[in-house]
Amino acid sequence: MLRPAVLSRLATLGTLAAFAGLIAGRPAAADVLPDNRADLFYSKYSGGGMDISTYTASAHVNATENIGLDYSYLVDKVSGASVDVLSNASVIKDERKQNSISVTWIHDKTTYTLGYSNSRERDYISNTPHFSLSQDMFGDLTTITLGFSRSRDEVGENDGTANNPNVVWLGHAESRTYDLGISQILTRNLISGITFDVVTDDGFLANPYRSVRYYSSSALGYSLGSQVYPDTRTSTAIEGRLKYYLPYRAAITGVYRYYRDTWGIIGDTVEIDYTHPVRNKWIFEGRVRYYKQSHANFYADIFPYADAQNFEGRDKDLAASENITIGAKATYAWLPDGWKVFKRSTVTADISQVRFKYLDFRDIKDYNDTPAGGDYAAGAEPLYHFNAMIYQLYLSAFF
Amino acid sequence: MTRKLRNATLASGVLLLSACSSFQPWVKPYERDRLADPVMAWDRDALSAAFLDHVYESREGSRGGTGAAGGGCGCN
Repeated sequence: MLRPAVLSRLATLGTLAAFAGLIAGRPAAADVLPDNRADLFYSKYSGGGMDISTYTASAHVNATENIGLDYSYLVDKVSGASVDVLSNASVIKDERKQNSISVTWIHDKTTYTLGYSNSRERDYISNTPHFSLSQDMFGDLTTITLGFSRSRDEVGENDGTANNPNVVWLGHAESRTYDLGISQILTRNLISGITFDVVTDDGFLANPYRSVRYYSSSALGYSLGSQVYPDTRTSTAIEGRLKYYLPYRAAITGVYRYYRDTWGIIGDTVEIDYTHPVRNKWIFEGRVRYYKQSHANFYADIFPYADAQNFEGRDKDLAASENITIGAKATYAWLPDGWKVFKRSTVTADISQVRFKYLDFRDIKDYNDTPAGGDYAAGAEPLYHFNAMIYQLYLSAFF
Repeated sequence: MTRKLRNATLASGVLLLSACSSFQPWVKPYERDRLADPVMAWDRDALSAAFLDHVYESREGSRGGTGAAGGGCGCN
């Protein structure tokens, strides 16, 4: 039983993403804590041969007027395998558990947040402390946020099966994230935000479950070999966003992100969201997101021969690709006037479809089923593409 | 030249600080009712936003840079 290393990297990336949400995503003003809140969250990702169900419980409680506590517990249940792992005759069934805790302290116009997260899988362990500081200034028109997190990961590979695992620990990886965010009120109807961050990685960064392929005289016309990644990576991302209040009580958001890293990947993301409330009972939201990236400079779908380069990768996440997301979300206030200790409660359903299209990553799974004499020669297989569905359902209670 | 530069820097600093101390926001607190509306929140649900970031970051080469730059409404 093997699992795709994209999921191994999920622990770190997911943790960082969660921090991005905690550090930068909270919409409340920096000098007032948000309401006490509890959430039950379920999501399902299905696509590309993988099914991932996520169950999360989280709570935010204000211990005093100035001190708030956050805790969340998350379980990912994974089954299936993506095409680049399937092409290596491997399937997975795995589980990831994550505990996150943070404390927020507000002093005058400054908000301090200190937190810690632990993510654990059978073959991947990640521990991440994080810190952020937000300052309101210029009559509260401007908020500046600085954030830092440091993740220490242990990377392993399961050479056994789902029921009889045999994990071999391969090495360590360390990641540091530096965030700078500026949020600015421009007019009484328009707000803007800029986020700039740098992430540095050091250590074992390759995906142990994926392979490169190269031309050979085998029946298939190619053979598989181990991926070799650089030991370091530094990435820079800058995102700008605008949100405008429309005349009839609705909002439209525009987002653009530019990304580049030392592996040669350059990415562009564009997103437009529209939010529309109905009678104080419903809030509907629609979004369209487009993403495009170039491939890493050590990526190739097929190499000319074994060990052709110092660094070699065939992880499809490193390939040139594009995807488009269309999503819709509905929030219903089913206790708008509160009940007992609850001020209000909402239930939210969210559904998205993502269409992934790869520009230089080929689908060799089918070709494996039809060796020599099959439909395609090595390196001439069809380009890979797939559709994924993402479902989210969550209950939020404010008290 | 160095002295001129130093004096210019000092003068700029004094001007900047005095501007901060007497700064008048061009959007007054009582004009921020629309910005305080829930429809204007960057991410109404941090869990959902973090989950979607997680989905993308684990399937794309890019990472980071997302988020709403913290705080921001200044509504209170």
